[in-house]
Amino acid sequence: MSKMPDSSLITPKALKHLKKRRAADARFRLYGIAAIVFALSALTLLVIAIGTRAYSATTQYVFQAEIMLDADLVAPEGETSEAEITRNIEGFYTLVRDKLFAEFPEASQSQAARQDLSELVNRLAVLSLARRVADNPSLIGKSLEVRVPLSDDLDLYLKGGSPKDVTVRVGSAGTIETDVEGKARISSTSGLSKVTSTRSLLEEGKAMGSVLLAGGKAVARIDSLSPDAAELTLLTGTFEQLANAPLVAHIIPLPEAERPISDQQIAWAIALKQAGNARQVLHTSLVTHTDSTYPELAGTLAAIVGSLLTMMVTACVAIPMGIFAAVYLEEFAPRNRLTNLIEVNINNLAAVPSIVFGLLGASLLLGTFALPRSAPIVGGLVLALLILPVVIIASRASLRSVPPSIRSGALAVGASRMQAVFHHVLPLAAPGMFTGAILGMARALGETAPLLLIGMVAFVAEVPNSATDEATALPVLIYSWASNAERAWEPMTAAAIVILLSLLVIMNVVVVFLRRRFERRW
Amino acid sequence: MDTVGPAKADLALTGEGADKTQALTYPRIDCRNVSVYYDDKQAVFDVSLAIHDRAVTALIGPSGCGKSTFLRCLNRMNDTIEGAKVTGDIFMEGENINSPDVDPVLLRSRVGMVFQKPNPFPKSIYDNIAYGPRIHGMVDSREDLDAVVEKSLRRAGLWEEVKDRLSQPGTSLSGGQQQRLCIARAIAVRPEVILMDEPCSALDPIATARIEELIDELRKRYCIVIVTHSMQQAARVSQRTAFFHLGNLVEMGDTDQIFTNPRERRTEDYITGRFG
Ligand SMILES: Nc1ncnc2c1ncn2[C@@H]1O[C@H](COP(=O)(O)OP(=O)(O)O)[C@@H](O)[C@H]1O
Ligand SMILES: [Mg+2]
Repeated sequence: MSKMPDSSLITPKALKHLKKRRAADARFRLYGIAAIVFALSALTLLVIAIGTRAYSATTQYVFQAEIMLDADLVAPEGETSEAEITRNIEGFYTLVRDKLFAEFPEASQSQAARQDLSELVNRLAVLSLARRVADNPSLIGKSLEVRVPLSDDLDLYLKGGSPKDVTVRVGSAGTIETDVEGKARISSTSGLSKVTSTRSLLEEGKAMGSVLLAGGKAVARIDSLSPDAAELTLLTGTFEQLANAPLVAHIIPLPEAERPISDQQIAWAIALKQAGNARQVLHTSLVTHTDSTYPELAGTLAAIVGSLLTMMVTACVAIPMGIFAAVYLEEFAPRNRLTNLIEVNINNLAAVPSIVFGLLGASLLLGTFALPRSAPIVGGLVLALLILPVVIIASRASLRSVPPSIRSGALAVGASRMQAVFHHVLPLAAPGMFTGAILGMARALGETAPLLLIGMVAFVAEVPNSATDEATALPVLIYSWASNAERAWEPMTAAAIVILLSLLVIMNVVVVFLRRRFERRW
Repeated sequence: MDTVGPAKADLALTGEGADKTQALTYPRIDCRNVSVYYDDKQAVFDVSLAIHDRAVTALIGPSGCGKSTFLRCLNRMNDTIEGAKVTGDIFMEGENINSPDVDPVLLRSRVGMVFQKPNPFPKSIYDNIAYGPRIHGMVDSREDLDAVVEKSLRRAGLWEEVKDRLSQPGTSLSGGQQQRLCIARAIAVRPEVILMDEPCSALDPIATARIEELIDELRKRYCIVIVTHSMQQAARVSQRTAFFHLGNLVEMGDTDQIFTNPRERRTEDYITGRFG
């Protein structure tokens, strides 16, 4: 051994090299894993963030009640045509409002209180009820269980939308001393000290917000609070109801003046919820309604249909054009300067920012060809131009992956070039081509900028019927919802994003399925 | 001696008496002054030779010497290669197949080709064979087609092995079976000539032996031209051999003569393994 140190495989020098190489391997693997972990956690964070925001939009609080569909209000002058009934929003709204007035007689005392109470339900919220009755006029004169969405701010409050709002169980009221009408004093409840401490914690001792005490169907506001006694003003219900039920204190740190909803309205909402008249139901209107200025009434239907129409136009234009261009360039075109130039340009086109296509669409399609503004046909054409290079590149790649031996095999048995391509090459390349096409479509589905430029951002209250109707698209809807100020739009926006993402996921699943199902080996 | 045209060409290269043992065969293809250019680079120089019917002609030579290129002239597959240009005349039954009036698609149905790497279509065994007859409208009924498929597979010696699984993909067969499937596919369009470009180079010795047997069998019906880099294979399966070097035809003659008594020094060097 010692005579021939050079021939040994294990020398200090070799060991050093080995150690170095192993360290390099380990480092490289570590970088890779770190990159993947980072990407995965960013993705997870994104999904969780959107998911938790969207979660509260999956349900909605509605006012639910048995309402007698009074013919005088619903169909005055005996008019029962569909259009007339649908137009008669006022009549239906009066019905719902009267029901609320009956529920809370205290509101009839003043005009302001009546106004406050009617704000619980938006006037336009009865539209779907009106449509339902219009479709089935035999309902008129009968009693019907009606559900209309509560105003978005109350909905948000009832869902616990504000993290600062806190409820504290107080227990039973103990003694209630009523002196003046509507005022009372409670004492000796152990729960009150808990309320006091929680409140001072929340409001940092400033006591600017409100505390509402709810029990049964009654709600009272605490005017002054000390750990062993509280003075109350009754907002709704009776003190008896309050005395006989376990009490819950709703602490709202934000001063009433800074809130969109008053203490009184919150009290009514709480009372409705206690009575079972305010119910949390699945928020189906999110996908069955069209856009609205009121978040509780807004839905994505028109945008989904608009997006689908746009995608249809895009698919009809981009997929055949892309595939034929790819087949020609890859299988038939001679290789020369011109085709090289075309190839380079197609690759460059794929990198052009999408807003440029929007400008092109606006000036060319809207300007020169005078196509209708805000229409899916224009959006579809612009997006088709946008994804055409992507489709061509993907299709060419998948044509190129078909081994040339298949072509020569077909040619050798006497197939023409056309037959070789259409009988043998295309079927083998098809899964790859469709994968490329669908990925291109997925990109088009998420595009916002070019659609903004051709006016697909317009407020669309009607579901578009054809590709030339005024329409908007999902990403544009998300963009406009996200720029709305009201807080209720935030979960709605997140929910619309979830809908868009689901469509994208579905498209990707189709891609995976196509690959698995039709990819052939050779 | 053969008919006048090719004999002259042959004479110049292989000398008198080369074709005596082949007295029963006659030339099927007659190539005169064939040159092939890839763009500006010439790959085959002025080759003239005659190929006999009912015989196997082997093209041998070091790699890159233009064997495949020359072979592709015989069914105009060079047309499909961009930049390739063929000059000279190739007569088949008196017709010049290099004439622009000849439809290469029709020609290829008369001159079948088998490639170096088996390339069955990724379709069923049945469809692999049936494809050619279908596109040429050779059959009227399903029964006819079935018969053509069976006959072709029988001729390619594959019928017994695959008759129970005709609907399975051709790519599921072993390499040797795939190559016989490709031969059957070529036979199915009833060609007169079959070109084979190193058909055994991707196969193991046993599969090679089977293909060689098959070639010997097919010789009775077809005119076969085979490119091979194995001199033993050329000696085993061919009756005539042409030796190419650097794009030139160096020598052509009976296989026995080429291997035992080559006239050219270069041929001898190549055969004895001094270069290659
Ligand atoms: N498609 C092609 N394009 C350009 N040159 C080619 C092409 N095919 C073959 N050649 C050239 O032609 C010459 C002969 O090639 P080939 O006929 O394939 O030789 P062999 O089959 O005898 O090995 C080689 O120099 C090769 O580089
Ligand atoms: Mg070769």
